Amino acid sequence: MYSIGIDTGSVATKGVLFDGNIVDNVILPTGWSPKNASKEVFNKLLERNNISEVDIKRIIGTGYGRISMDFADKAITEITCHAKGAYYLNSNIRTILDIGGQDSKVISLDEKGNIIDFVMNDKCAAGTGKFLEVTLNNLGIDVNEIDDLVKDNKPMDISSMCTVFAESEIVSLLAKGGNKGEIASGILYSIAKKSSSLLNRVSIREKIAFTGGVAKSKELKRILKDKLNKDIFTSDNTQIIGALGAAVIGWNLK
Amino acid sequence: MADYKELWKSLDIDLEKHDELCEVLPEFYGDIYMTQKNRPEGMNYYNFVVSEIHGFRIKELNEFRGKGGKVFGGFCVFVPDEVTLAAGGVGIGLCGGSDFWVPDGEKVLPRNMCPLIKASVGAKIGGTCPYFQSADMLVGETTCDGKKKAWEILGEYTPIHVMDLPQMKREKDIENFKDEINIFREKVESITGNKVTAENLKENIKLVNKKRKVLQRLYNARKVQNLPISGKDALLISQIAFYDDIERFIEKTNELCDELEARIEKNISVFDEDTPRILITGTPMAIPNWKMHHLIETSGGAVVCEETCTGTKYFERFVDEDNDDLDSQLKALSERYMGINCACFSPNEGRIKDIIRLYKEYNADGVVYNSLPFCHTYAVEYKKVKDALDKEGIPVMMIESDYSMQDAGQIKTRLEAFFEMLNMNKELAL
Repeated sequence: MYSIGIDTGSVATKGVLFDGNIVDNVILPTGWSPKNASKEVFNKLLERNNISEVDIKRIIGTGYGRISMDFADKAITEITCHAKGAYYLNSNIRTILDIGGQDSKVISLDEKGNIIDFVMNDKCAAGTGKFLEVTLNNLGIDVNEIDDLVKDNKPMDISSMCTVFAESEIVSLLAKGGNKGEIASGILYSIAKKSSSLLNRVSIREKIAFTGGVAKSKELKRILKDKLNKDIFTSDNTQIIGALGAAVIGWNLK
Repeated sequence: MADYKELWKSLDIDLEKHDELCEVLPEFYGDIYMTQKNRPEGMNYYNFVVSEIHGFRIKELNEFRGKGGKVFGGFCVFVPDEVTLAAGGVGIGLCGGSDFWVPDGEKVLPRNMCPLIKASVGAKIGGTCPYFQSADMLVGETTCDGKKKAWEILGEYTPIHVMDLPQMKREKDIENFKDEINIFREKVESITGNKVTAENLKENIKLVNKKRKVLQRLYNARKVQNLPISGKDALLISQIAFYDDIERFIEKTNELCDELEARIEKNISVFDEDTPRILITGTPMAIPNWKMHHLIETSGGAVVCEETCTGTKYFERFVDEDNDDLDSQLKALSERYMGINCACFSPNEGRIKDIIRLYKEYNADGVVYNSLPFCHTYAVEYKKVKDALDKEGIPVMMIESDYSMQDAGQIKTRLEAFFEMLNMNKELAL
């Protein structure tokens, strides 16, 4: 038997097939229909592993699209799922910083992996994946190129936390002949600043995990590590942690 | 609603704009209230009050004024209704709880200020609230800087009396507020032409205490395991308490409480047994602001108590009824009102004690700290409350939000996660 966790985010839809261990995972762009994207991820997981619906014990949906997944057994918030997923990967984790496409959050765990406290950004996009995407767009570069671009460049100061204001700030910097790498570095520093202020709203206890799509940036991880002066755990599976948590919860459900 | 066009016209209402408001409210109310299952029969009275919100009661007030009666519009739980009633006047709450009035408020107020003040001022200057138009005098108070300065602007449109509320709770502050109540008494007397005597004040102290008692009775029904009434409905009743006819309100709410107590006997609940029980604390929720209750109760939680001005701050603790001279009565009033633990006081340790006490009394599982944006006193006080609750092991979450629904999805996710956390805590405790 298997369980499946599907995390439908604002940018990507992630799925994990689980049987006590991670069997497979799928990541697809969410596009305009979270419902279709989650179904597609589900079908792909079955297809690729030559299994059918009867082999699936539980399907758990999470992420903002969780409410549109009519085929899921249960919807659980991404906060609970991230906690479960990160703790599954490393049971020494006590604090999770997750930066996704449209939200960022900090979760505090006890030694059993239960949530003690959490904070989430409000409706503003500051310090989220969207902030990164929009500001990098001004530089004409793709999110995946950022680490190469930033390397060894010292950051230009971008003081606006607001995505819209930061955009116009970057336009001015470019107009003044600012270097792309320095601006990109400034963008990462700005996200790190916003993230550490979010982190400071809960009691930071080690070890700290950095998750979500934005955690793919090794440079951002380094900046955060220097800023907090603490070790930071990331996983190659960073983007699927929510889906993994959902699958783990599904697996453990009676 | 019946046809009140002539009445509204006589009150100088902007009819066209007012129609827009009348158009949206029934659907808004229907979506939030009428979709609830298994509501108590007694809620029909409050449904009626809302359906006639700008009609029936306005007509009553108009008739009262036609006979020479005077109406006083307040914005705060510190304005002593006892004094107004003793002088033969009627007090009504005027706080604005809808986005609808915000654009009009922003015509004269800065954008970055509390929506309650913007909506209240907007309701007056836009001429879209018949309650404002029915008030012979407004009564402001100095509970925050935003309100304090807004009264100066409102004063250009309508007569207003401002009560100076002390910001500390020393003996001399209680003495000062007694003095303020006395000045208010003189003001009310000059407007109504009636004297406040020890006899009629005593009678009205008893009457307002009676209203507090029935609200306490209502809230007592929310302490039990099987909740006979939703938090949303209880909030509505508290909001209506601010402007309904006091005698009728007491009677109708007592009737509802009879029904609720019968439900308790029969274990009839409007929620599933394991629904997380939430204590709300924070800023006032003026009608028709039902946002936080609605989001909580559609995300898998139940609101069991409000430590707010539209909750326990309004009715807890009674005014001493055993005084026979005006001076001791005014002192007793000051003591009761100065006992309210509003975040405008410094320090305000009493509020923390109240929150912990109410959490236990109402068997809550968690606390939602709700603040309107730009409310410095409540937003700053969060840290002290959070530290104290952490020490007690009481889970708390802060949500800052205005009247618009644009952040509803985000808030729902946070609430659901909070309830998942509370449920997990419960399972672990078993």
